[in-house]
Amino acid sequence: MKSIVCIKRVPDSEARIRIAGDGAGIDPAGVKYVMNPYDEIALERAIRLKEEAGDGLVTVLSVGPEESKEILRTALAMGADEAVLLTSPESADGLVIARALAEEIAGREYDLILFGKQAIDDDNMQVPAMVAELLGLPCASVVVELQIEGRHVVAHREIEGGHEIVEFDLPAVVGAQKGLNEPRYPSLKGIMAAKKKPLEVKDIGFAEAKVRIVSLQEPPPRAGGEIVGEGQEAVPELVRRLRDRALI
Amino acid sequence: MARVLVYAETRDGELRPVASEAVTAGADLAEQLGGSVDVFLLGPPGMAQRAPDLGRYGADRIFVAEDPAFSSYAADAAVRFCEDLVGRDAYAAVVFPASAQGKDLAPRAAARLDRGLATEVVSVGVDDGRPVATRPMFAGKAIATVAFSELPALISVRPNVFRPRERPAGGSIEVVEIASEPAAQRVTGIETGDREALDVSEANIVVSGGRGMVSGGRGMKDPENWSVLEDLVEALGDDATLGASRAVVDAGWRPHSEQVGQTGKVVSPSLYFAVGISGAIQHLAGMRTAKTIVAINRDAEAPIFSVADYGIVGDLFEVVPALAAEIRRVRAGG
Ligand SMILES: Cc1cc2nc3c(=O)[nH]c(=O)nc-3n(C[C@H](O)[C@H](O)[C@H](O)COP(=O)(O)OP(=O)(O)OC[C@H]3O[C@@H](n4cnc5c(N)ncnc54)[C@H](O)[C@@H]3O)c2cc1C
Ligand SMILES: Nc1ncnc2c1ncn2[C@@H]1O[C@H](COP(=O)(O)O)[C@@H](O)[C@H]1O
Repeated sequence: MKSIVCIKRVPDSEARIRIAGDGAGIDPAGVKYVMNPYDEIALERAIRLKEEAGDGLVTVLSVGPEESKEILRTALAMGADEAVLLTSPESADGLVIARALAEEIAGREYDLILFGKQAIDDDNMQVPAMVAELLGLPCASVVVELQIEGRHVVAHREIEGGHEIVEFDLPAVVGAQKGLNEPRYPSLKGIMAAKKKPLEVKDIGFAEAKVRIVSLQEPPPRAGGEIVGEGQEAVPELVRRLRDRALI
Repeated sequence: MARVLVYAETRDGELRPVASEAVTAGADLAEQLGGSVDVFLLGPPGMAQRAPDLGRYGADRIFVAEDPAFSSYAADAAVRFCEDLVGRDAYAAVVFPASAQGKDLAPRAAARLDRGLATEVVSVGVDDGRPVATRPMFAGKAIATVAFSELPALISVRPNVFRPRERPAGGSIEVVEIASEPAAQRVTGIETGDREALDVSEANIVVSGGRGMVSGGRGMKDPENWSVLEDLVEALGDDATLGASRAVVDAGWRPHSEQVGQTGKVVSPSLYFAVGISGAIQHLAGMRTAKTIVAINRDAEAPIFSVADYGIVGDLFEVVPALAAEIRRVRAGG
């Protein structure tokens, strides 16, 4: 089984986000960057597939700045076999990233392409299904359970109020959701081994982005809270206010 | 020109609540563009009879594809349908719901049409005669306004944000032949658990419990604890449902499908109750767009109070039952 896992470098979920001077991006100063948490889940799935089968290949792929090498090293330390970083000076939207990934993937052998369901910086939730469409592959996004028997896949996709069961054949695209597994931490041995694994950097040109951020702003602050009172004595007053606003 | 195309989601031959929301968003946009709204939907035979309702929310023409396979989500056919329609007319925008289905379909359509997509949009507008949209990024820590270099602009709208607005239009039905084959993937079943609870992302009122529910001095093992919240949900009525913080999901007290926050669901209900929830940044990411937030917490310094419209400082095991009782009392005509 050959798996390709697409991983992205993103600000840590705890990071304070400040808008940059140009008003269209964020100020990276002081921001800690990590592997997108859903991508860790995708990677864990690929590594387990290889471990269960006793052989296979796990390739990690990222589009991003030079600094993304760090998360690729982490992926190699977790158990991936090889890493590729695609860099470009231009800015991108979801479709541009999907095209860059699809082009790289098209030149490789693969059975399964794994993604996180969402990158926690742009919150786009679009790259996995776009790559599937560009490569003409079946796709299940937001997957919480994945069974693979031979070439047949049964995936449980999270939907409102339950799960949808989707079936298809490999090769295919899967977007990982929390609940699929608990990603491992790299071991010391893994970290040592990662130093000898291949990490290739390729400069690529991007297609032109079709979605452009015109401005980025801080969210409007929520009007300051009001403590209605303490304990159960405050309940009638709270209910009165909710009723005044026709909320209950 | 200036037509807007909207995908109306169905499941089991029924329109889903997000369908009228998406049509409303499409109509908002069409109004500003000076155009009209077309809708497309897929469903089992007989679906066309249930579609005219969308005319109330501003649908001028409604295109319906019927096939027994369309009782559940048929990604391949839906993309072909969208592609067909976009090839027939010059649309300024295609609007999808940012529901589970819409989040899967919209990017497929964007790749097929070679157009840009803005997801989880919370408002739409027009600048210089072209659609623009705003959307949260970084879990709501920033709001982006985005423009599109090529039309149609593809947009998916966050559930519960565009409240259905009546705006009667033609609502004419046209049944269109769309083949269910070939299909690269098939939905072979739906599991809804023991009861089909209203999904936390779609409820009008959400009552979320946090670690305070299980560590409030009552001993971790008492599952009875949760019944005080269930009772509040019941008092609030049919459009209320339960949510949870990650702390209680990780502890195995509630399923992940109820988790609100950065790694759970994003909710925008009219009313959100945070009960025994501290208000960590990752939780706020999931609920800060609620219209009204009520916090109940015994710690007056809990960060949740800084985003809450109304707060009560106190022991939730006293406050919540009193709240349920008071709501029942006033609802009974008090
Ligand atoms: C990458 C990442 C992703 C995350 N994603 C999410 C997410 O999606 N959703 C999420 O919720 N969290 C998420 N978290 C976790 C988040 O950081 C917090 O740990 C979590 O939200 C805390 O849950 P809590 O408020 O229930 O618990 P706590 O922070 O422990 O708060 C419990 C609160 O209950 C109050 N309390 C206790 N007893 C009582 C009582 N008897 N009466 C009244 N009040 C009482 C306490 O005063 C306290 O404020 C994430 C964290 C990370 C690192
Ligand atoms: N720049 C990137 N490099 C590699 N993978 C990416 C990149 N952007 C997005 N992805 C993948 O696509 C998933 C969804 O991202 P998004 O559509 O941006 O929310 C992520 O979890 C990654 O698996």
